[in-house]
Amino acid sequence: MKEKLEQIKAEALRQIEASDALEKLNEVKVNYLGKKGELTAVLKSMKDVAPEDRPKVGQLVNETREEIERVLEESVKKMEKAVREAKMKKEVIDVTLPAKKNNVGHRHPNTIALEEVERIFIGMGYEVVEGPEVEKDYYNFEALNIPADHPAKDEQDTFYITGDILLRTQTSSTQVHEMEKGRLPIRMIAPGRVFRSDEVDATHSPSFHQIEGLVIDRNITFADLKGTLAEFAKELFGEDTKVKFRPHHFPFTEPSAEMDVTCFKCGGKGCRFCKGEGWIEILGCGMVHPHVLEMSKIDPEKYTGFAFGVGLERIALLKYEIDDMRLLYENDIRFLKQF
Amino acid sequence: MNTALSWIKAYVPDLECTDQEYMDAMTLSGTKVEGYSRLDKNLDKIVVGQIDKIEKHPDADKLIVCQVNIGSEVIQIVTGAPNVKEGDKVPVVLDGGKVAGGHDGGPLPEDGITIKAGKLRGVPSNGMMCSIEELGSDRNMYPEAPEMGIYIFMEDVEIGSDAIEALGLRDTVFEYEVTSNRVDCYSVVGIAREAAATFRKPFYPPKVQVKENSERVEDYISVEVEDKELCPRYCARVCTNIKIGPSPKWMQRRLAASGIRPINNLVDITNYVMEEYGQPMHAFDLDTIAGHKIIVRRAKDGDVFRTLDGQDRNLDSDVLMICDAEKEVGIAGIMGGENSMITDEVKTVLFEAATFNGANIRKSAKRIGLRTDASGKFEKGLDPYNAEAAVNRACQLIEELGCGEVVGGIVDVHGDLKENVILPFEPDKYNKLLGTNVSKDEMLDIFKMIEVAYDPATNNLTMPTFRQDLLRQCDIAEEVARFYGYDKIPTTLPNGEATTGKLPFKLRIEQKARDIAEYCGFSQGMCYSFESPKVFDKLLLSADDPVRHAIQISNPLGEDFSIMRTVSLNGMLTSLATNYNRRNKDVRLYELGNIYIPKALPLNELPDERMQFTLGMYGDCDFFTMKGVIEEFFDSIGMRKKVTYDPNAGKNFLHPGRQANIIYEGATLGYLGEVHPEVCENYDMKTKAYVAVLDMPQVVPFATFDRKYEGIAKYPAVSRDISMVVPKDIMVGQIEAVIAQRGGKILEDYQLFDIYEGDQIEEGFKSVAYSITFRAKDKTLEEADVSSAMKKILNGLEGMGIELRK
Repeated sequence: MKEKLEQIKAEALRQIEASDALEKLNEVKVNYLGKKGELTAVLKSMKDVAPEDRPKVGQLVNETREEIERVLEESVKKMEKAVREAKMKKEVIDVTLPAKKNNVGHRHPNTIALEEVERIFIGMGYEVVEGPEVEKDYYNFEALNIPADHPAKDEQDTFYITGDILLRTQTSSTQVHEMEKGRLPIRMIAPGRVFRSDEVDATHSPSFHQIEGLVIDRNITFADLKGTLAEFAKELFGEDTKVKFRPHHFPFTEPSAEMDVTCFKCGGKGCRFCKGEGWIEILGCGMVHPHVLEMSKIDPEKYTGFAFGVGLERIALLKYEIDDMRLLYENDIRFLKQF
Repeated sequence: MNTALSWIKAYVPDLECTDQEYMDAMTLSGTKVEGYSRLDKNLDKIVVGQIDKIEKHPDADKLIVCQVNIGSEVIQIVTGAPNVKEGDKVPVVLDGGKVAGGHDGGPLPEDGITIKAGKLRGVPSNGMMCSIEELGSDRNMYPEAPEMGIYIFMEDVEIGSDAIEALGLRDTVFEYEVTSNRVDCYSVVGIAREAAATFRKPFYPPKVQVKENSERVEDYISVEVEDKELCPRYCARVCTNIKIGPSPKWMQRRLAASGIRPINNLVDITNYVMEEYGQPMHAFDLDTIAGHKIIVRRAKDGDVFRTLDGQDRNLDSDVLMICDAEKEVGIAGIMGGENSMITDEVKTVLFEAATFNGANIRKSAKRIGLRTDASGKFEKGLDPYNAEAAVNRACQLIEELGCGEVVGGIVDVHGDLKENVILPFEPDKYNKLLGTNVSKDEMLDIFKMIEVAYDPATNNLTMPTFRQDLLRQCDIAEEVARFYGYDKIPTTLPNGEATTGKLPFKLRIEQKARDIAEYCGFSQGMCYSFESPKVFDKLLLSADDPVRHAIQISNPLGEDFSIMRTVSLNGMLTSLATNYNRRNKDVRLYELGNIYIPKALPLNELPDERMQFTLGMYGDCDFFTMKGVIEEFFDSIGMRKKVTYDPNAGKNFLHPGRQANIIYEGATLGYLGEVHPEVCENYDMKTKAYVAVLDMPQVVPFATFDRKYEGIAKYPAVSRDISMVVPKDIMVGQIEAVIAQRGGKILEDYQLFDIYEGDQIEEGFKSVAYSITFRAKDKTLEEADVSSAMKKILNGLEGMGIELRK
């Protein structure tokens, strides 16, 4: 019996050794370990074995079985690995073939710039508000300290619908709407479309965008205005950006200023981009004129504030080095895809 | 405004700085300098030489050989200039020196022209005698220069001295941008005052003293102002024995540097005072003034008047006129008349220095279509006190320059002139507004420099009348800030009550729209809000379509920009067409912009501004691509209910069989479709294009960012596929409606997986196949549950004439 088992084992291992495919290993498994396999046959012949010898023989059979199973399993694993590797060898691809893209669309450079500005001011606690584009004369001019005969009214080349209704020339009109709500303090920015009667060319458009800013609270100072806008410039144009405030005149602010930033191309040394000046004019600003506060029923003895206005296109053109404003409204996909 | 620095220095003699320092400091104190140009740019080694001897060139008829004394030596110069003679003093550029331009007066080369000693036709020439053009100027500014040839000094100049200095070209012209509130700075005196304050140097304005003869002005002229509203002040003076001639060189140079061509002493004095004081003046030939009387009154409607430029001007009753006893002699503040023009024969001059209502002048100039230097100044509203000073200054110059005699006295007609503004001195208030800590003394120093007077007894500040912009305490604070230095004001952040940064819901939805459009391959365009009324025809809109009720701009840039858009498609189609015609493939664009719907026309209240989310595309796409974008967008803003599509959208500009209204919970939120081929043609597009428009004010109320987790199903789903033969005119939407309605609570989903027409299907029918999925939340479905639901669905479908495919 023992010899027979040894023989079976040797033969099985030989066959395993000789197998060159998974199917053959499977055959070996069936032939030796299957229901009709040789080891099974040996077990079936156990009835012929003396009862006292049965445990011993049983053990022997099991040992043989385990040995065959072990070797078989090892061989299967080995063979599977070889098969997998051969398969992967055939599956080599050219990784430099073109990517399959989803062709995601692109945001307009104006919007990218606007969202940047919004992000900065929302972070500083400002609310984004909107106002009407077709506006009453009162909100666009009078309530901003530009009465009927004021020269500034002519300077802005306004489109009129009727004597009293016009296309707003500045987002400053939104200031007034916000102040009239009577909720203080105010920290707002108002982006939007504005209109001026300028012929279309590389630097002019009859329709463009501004972002108005307004802060009204107790004890707001010109120093706060400077600090806020300096912070804004750094966020928008880079940490090293410096700002310069020059006195200027706007009817609805006093004192008023224009803010320059150091040229982001040359860092202030002077280059062609900044026309050798090292500085680029970016926005107008000032302390809200007390008469403007009074007209909107805010007591200038208790409250002060500052306001500023930024040209969105100006920022987009500068930031992305776009040399012709007309590109912004042509919507040529080759232009838009660059943003 | 352009002014030579030398003129400023005439009033601020201690001013010492480089051109760049001057520009920077003035700009930082509020007098913005746009730029400057040196008059001696590219002029080097140019001295005064005297021609000792002229000989003919041995080998050239047109050249002469000159021996020129340049002080230190006598040099030989060959020239072709025809106008020099022995004894002439001329500017000479020496070997290695530079001139600014060529003799033809063409554009000046950036780096000038270097002159080197050499030979002309074999004869050595060691320099060049210069024309005024070679020195970078022209005969407009140097009227005494010859038309062709070398500049010859008329006055006594030292041989060998700096010729550039002698010509007054050692100077820099600064260009100022003066803000509209600073009327006083439209004058040399005003800018000089600012310069003195900026550099903290003493300011010496002109001393006006008029030497008068013994006559009385009242014997020459009387003045009557009918409309004091439009003419608050009228000052008149008379000069006699006028001798017309050239004005002195210094005056010519100053005017030339300001861009004003010197003409003769009388005109130059008038212009000089206008620049110096910012007060335009007019000079009449008194002998042409009938009745020796000036009347200031309004014109009559329909009057025509010939101005001194020879043009006839149409007047109306809002135009203020200067008249004599019989006729009109000038349009007040704008231009004088041809009939009273000064000629070289003038004997007696009437000087007018008046103040007019700025707004009236501005409007009149606009209506008449004539804007002059004078009207540009008057329209800003001049200081009435300045008029008297200016007319006296002009008379002073007439007398000092030997141009004539000044008749004694002044005719000065005015009503109540406005008084000086007086405000209490409140230093704490200024510091509080500025966030500074400027001392009281420093403030008072600043006030002194800008002629704001302080009275310690009353603690009051008195504004000078020329500073019409100083009206309130905030204006005073600005003066403190300007001269203390904007750059010295600290930078702080507001430290009041904290506020929350917010993007309103509407804008968040728009942001989502941009995100989804872009994920779906659409790029953002921007279009104008105004367009042409022809757009409606291009879009095939019927004559009575309400979309045609658009707001008209009363002063548009042209018909193409004359109405506010009531439909967003034109901008989109124009943009698509631009891309198509530039051969860009597969273009997808979107736009978020308003349309403007009037509540009534003509407009009596503000219109309804409606944000439109417009999508457009051509190329590799179809109707259902667009539908996908809409549904992705709705899904992203929490609109998870079934979107339905009504093919009866009634849009003329869309393909009649490929258009639909987009309906959500019964509301029409917009439409989509294939652009009508004729419309494509109208936009020059030879391709199919698809558009969708969502009316955002209708979408936003359905949107939400709330999300509730519903649990992932625990029990298995059961699917049934059905394949149907459907009459062709039944839309799958109708089938889906039946499935949805009859599937019951266990209906989870249904998917169209096949639609087919053609072979094997009877004419007039189509084959449609759906996979329907059922699932219960609380148990494993049994066959009976599914069968019963399916039976209901099938019964419903059969009712529509649909049969199951065998």
